[in-house]
Amino acid sequence: MNPWWWALIGAVAVLLLALYLSMTAGRLDRLHRRLDASETALDVQLLHRSALVLDLASTAIFDPASTVVLADSAHAARAAQDDDRIARALIESNLTRVLAETLSDREEVDELGDDAKALQMLAELRATCVRVQLSRRFLNDGVRACRQVRKQRFVRWFNLAGRTPWPETFEMDDTPPPGLALH
Amino acid sequence: MRIGIVCPYAWDVPGGVQVHVRDLAETLIERGHDVSVLTPVEDPANLPPYAVDGGRPRAIPYNGSVARLTLGVKATARVRRWVRHGDFDVLHVHEPLAPSLGGLACWAARGPIVATVHSSIERSRVLATGYYLAQTVLEKVSAIIAVSEHARRTLVDHVGADAVLIPNGVRVDRFARAAPLRDWGSPTVLFLGRLDERRKGLPVLLDAFSLLRQTQPDVRLVIVGPGDPGEVLADVDPMLREHITCLGRVDDEVKAQALASVDIYVAPNTGGESFGIVLLEAMAAGTPVVASDLEAFERVLDGGRCGVMFPGGDHRALAGAIEELLRDPARCEALSTLGRQRAQRYDWGSVSEDVLRVYESVVSGQQRVEEDLRGQIVGRLAGRGRGSDA
Repeated sequence: MNPWWWALIGAVAVLLLALYLSMTAGRLDRLHRRLDASETALDVQLLHRSALVLDLASTAIFDPASTVVLADSAHAARAAQDDDRIARALIESNLTRVLAETLSDREEVDELGDDAKALQMLAELRATCVRVQLSRRFLNDGVRACRQVRKQRFVRWFNLAGRTPWPETFEMDDTPPPGLALH
Repeated sequence: MRIGIVCPYAWDVPGGVQVHVRDLAETLIERGHDVSVLTPVEDPANLPPYAVDGGRPRAIPYNGSVARLTLGVKATARVRRWVRHGDFDVLHVHEPLAPSLGGLACWAARGPIVATVHSSIERSRVLATGYYLAQTVLEKVSAIIAVSEHARRTLVDHVGADAVLIPNGVRVDRFARAAPLRDWGSPTVLFLGRLDERRKGLPVLLDAFSLLRQTQPDVRLVIVGPGDPGEVLADVDPMLREHITCLGRVDDEVKAQALASVDIYVAPNTGGESFGIVLLEAMAAGTPVVASDLEAFERVLDGGRCGVMFPGGDHRALAGAIEELLRDPARCEALSTLGRQRAQRYDWGSVSEDVLRVYESVVSGQQRVEEDLRGQIVGRLAGRGRGSDA
């Protein structure tokens, strides 16, 4: 075949590859942006949760022992904001467990019936626990989508992700306290 | 919160998605949020104050029926302008995979975007729309809501994305307090839906009705919905036609009144339903429901406990079910009570709360919705050329 033909085929192939790479880079960029946003959203909800627990601990709802444990784990969670993922996840899970213990009983929580302010705080805490769950789920969905693209051959060969770190899921126990169910 | 909602289908054409968007928007406004809805519309005079004209729709066959969708350069420009000037905390796009304003909005915006998937899309449709296109739309969406398990499963299976399940809502009070349209004077059965769409199942009901008339000579059929009654009733025995009333296309208030005035509501759909909101509306009005055994209907009827189910497409079984129910007022009464209770769980008051939770979990307070200008060559030209002023 005429060498010009080969050159043309080559040029078209290079062009297609370039187009594909630029589209994939665009996708990656969108996915990374979304991940950033999801990270921030989860961070906001986790901080909100620990702040609410601290507020609750400062009221007279709980017995002194529970108050100490709650305040302690909430403080730890706030201090862990800049820790690495795994350490922070452990500390947040710990707060979840403390909440589950102190607010384990629906009937006990119901006895707060006439304390309007406490009930409002507990309702807000429950809403925040649900939001933490949702935020984390959306973050992990995003991580999965992003990983799928980053695993593609061309993305690795051409290093399309640049120096962006490999996306990591956030694994923690985020079950809302049983005593707050349906409040 | 400042919320931008995108509706994919024409506002002034009846449809489940439009009703969902309207009720969600109005409930959120009642709760004190600032809501703007961008929607296609046939006649902009029909828009409520919180809605913005997204352009005139065109009839396009899509997903098994003729949908009126809005596409094109002009629509793109409108979407961009709305996003640019909206200053939203969160953007809520409905039916992002339909080739309409939803997808355009996903391309035009970035920031916290929530999407709700209503229909269950077949795999072939996803592939036809383009897996790549579907991906580029969903990649920007921070959170996906599915209104039914069926819709969620299609997403998981075909696009590889997950979704939070939040069911459709009903404005229970509107249906519960509707006054009966009129006294029909005899046992009456109601059909609601497009007359000319086969999968809504009107032919099945007509066959059942002619059977039913043999044993219950005073029973009456009321048909509500858009479409040409002459065409549908052409094959029906003229004797029978006298006992059929067609009300044509009605607004929501008359729909509620019609539901309140009849003895039984029948949903003979043969497929294509992913939720069954009309069933909930009937239940909210306290009207007993007879429905085909679609998965979606079974779920709404709590496994069939809150209504009567028959094998889809089987007009004999349908006639039998209606007859049995008409002869048993106590059962009708029981179903009415069960239905009202069931509908309460789907009231917009609690459903909108779940939706708000999702908004809050993607909004971090640092980033708002803004126009996305990268890589959108066509959109950019259209957006700049036509729109920054008007």
